[in-house]
Amino acid sequence: MPRLVSHPDEVRLVSKRFGQGAADIDKYIELGGYEAIKKCLAQGPDWVIEQMKASSLRGRGGAGFPTGMKWSFVPKQSAKPKYVLINGDESEPGTCKDHLIFLHDPHSVIEGTIIAGLAIGSKMGFIYLRGEYRYLLDIMEKAVADAYAKGFLGKNIFGTDTEFQIITQSGAGAYEVGEESALMESLEGKRGVPRIKPPFPAVVGLYGGPTVINNAETIATVPHVIDMGGAAFAAIGSPRNGGTRLFGLSGHVERPGVYELPMGYNLKKMIYEVGGGIRNGRTLKAVVPGGSSTPVLLPEEIENLGMDFDQVGKAGSMLGSGGVVVIDDQTCMVEFALRTISFYQHESCGWCIPCREGTDWLKKSLTRFHAGFGTAKDIDNIRYLAENMMGRTFCPLGDAAAMPTLGFVKKFRKEFEDHLDGKPCPFAKHGAPELTIV
Amino acid sequence: MTAETMSIFSPKLAARFDALVEKYPLRRSALVPMLLYAQDEIGYLSDAVIAEVAQRIGITELDVRNVATYYSMLRFKPAGKYNVQVCTNISCMLRGAYDVFEKFQDELGISHKGVTSDGVFSLEEVECIGACCWAPAIQVNYDFHDDLTPESVPQILAEYRTKAEGQKNA
Repeated sequence: MPRLVSHPDEVRLVSKRFGQGAADIDKYIELGGYEAIKKCLAQGPDWVIEQMKASSLRGRGGAGFPTGMKWSFVPKQSAKPKYVLINGDESEPGTCKDHLIFLHDPHSVIEGTIIAGLAIGSKMGFIYLRGEYRYLLDIMEKAVADAYAKGFLGKNIFGTDTEFQIITQSGAGAYEVGEESALMESLEGKRGVPRIKPPFPAVVGLYGGPTVINNAETIATVPHVIDMGGAAFAAIGSPRNGGTRLFGLSGHVERPGVYELPMGYNLKKMIYEVGGGIRNGRTLKAVVPGGSSTPVLLPEEIENLGMDFDQVGKAGSMLGSGGVVVIDDQTCMVEFALRTISFYQHESCGWCIPCREGTDWLKKSLTRFHAGFGTAKDIDNIRYLAENMMGRTFCPLGDAAAMPTLGFVKKFRKEFEDHLDGKPCPFAKHGAPELTIV
Repeated sequence: MTAETMSIFSPKLAARFDALVEKYPLRRSALVPMLLYAQDEIGYLSDAVIAEVAQRIGITELDVRNVATYYSMLRFKPAGKYNVQVCTNISCMLRGAYDVFEKFQDELGISHKGVTSDGVFSLEEVECIGACCWAPAIQVNYDFHDDLTPESVPQILAEYRTKAEGQKNA
């Protein structure tokens, strides 16, 4: 069972019911659940979107797109049915926040989905969980059944003439399906390859209908925005970055765990105070701030860094999924880079050639490099390869593989050079991962 | 002959599939979960599974295979009764996942994608399973085990071995 953690600096909204038994619908109601949707039903869609815009809530999947704006892009009139699609295909290495939401507060996901449906005029929502999360899918499915039994879902939700249905869906193992267009493909029973944009999902999405796609954490946050009001929610975070975020601290930190902190919280403080510092009295070498696709940061770069989309972007990386991976001084960065690219090589869906070939050649180059057979030219070759993947693919997986690689080579060039001329790796004990594609 | 009498699935799963295909705006949306649930019962995607799923959804077997080969959890040959999936991605790697993976290999005498001769266990090195803050973590079938050390490996295996024995004797 995932261990729950706490720290006095936490501001608990999304995680406030964690560990309280709120997977039970009556407990969820007792703890203030399903009040936000009632408010929304009374106030109407325009009010909901207004609140969402005022909240400056931005997408928690990683892109950080303002949620209220996303909802407002869906056309009011549509010949085809509109859909809400919740992305619970959580697969970005370093990220396990949605895991806890599905486990401890499944009804917040349901309530948020109904609110999104009401806001855009949709009658059907889908909640898609990665295939590995079977025990969480069971929890979600029970929660959905309980919500139907209470009349919170169905033809006449909460006794009104509004209809809303929810279907839960299981994936079967694919990182790429976490990309919104590939997610729709998978839900339509196809290989999870991305679609070209435009048209954007808000116009042509699932089954060709206008579709809003939100990350599970984003949607679980929505009822809290409504409960406290958009402006009050915005006030918790930093400018243009409303509210709190579930940050996942992992790696060489003393107290790893998922902590809910205000947007803009200082990264150094997060590692040293919230996370208890580097474990075993080691020193910090590097931090991956927002999941494995975000470029690595050096200790001197996190001194005054507030964890919000704009500040981390300005520092040359991304807030991404909020998965903070802490790396100590005993870690070989070439091995770390290799393990990172091995993942993207394995998960590239092969649809776009720059990504399919680029990730494969990067893995080959880094494997050879780490084994001590690299040449000085390889370092620049790795850069050249990565740079040529950027922006040349349908979906961001190509960039997600190239960006961190460029970061490792740029910031740890010396360590790459130390592997040249057959020199044994000073740190690593292991070679390339054995992963093979089925 | 009806689909029901022809089915290779248990009556319970067949009934579940009957409902599943009707649930979506398009039948085909049932395909990915259906393949996974079928695999859970049969053990892998045999030719017979592919054929029946294709027939239930109303698409060709080739179309089913085209989709099935995309997803990493779906397999085309049997795994062990308990499939041990060791995550070695970054957060787990930093906290000793490769030592845990090695220990599993030593204890079971098999490597990546291997199956023990008694068919009880199979072993796989897998990508991130979404348990990064409780690393290193593994899944045995769908059960998570986290905060592992190489020392915790024998006990986990013993637990599943006992389970397998119990089911054999039942």
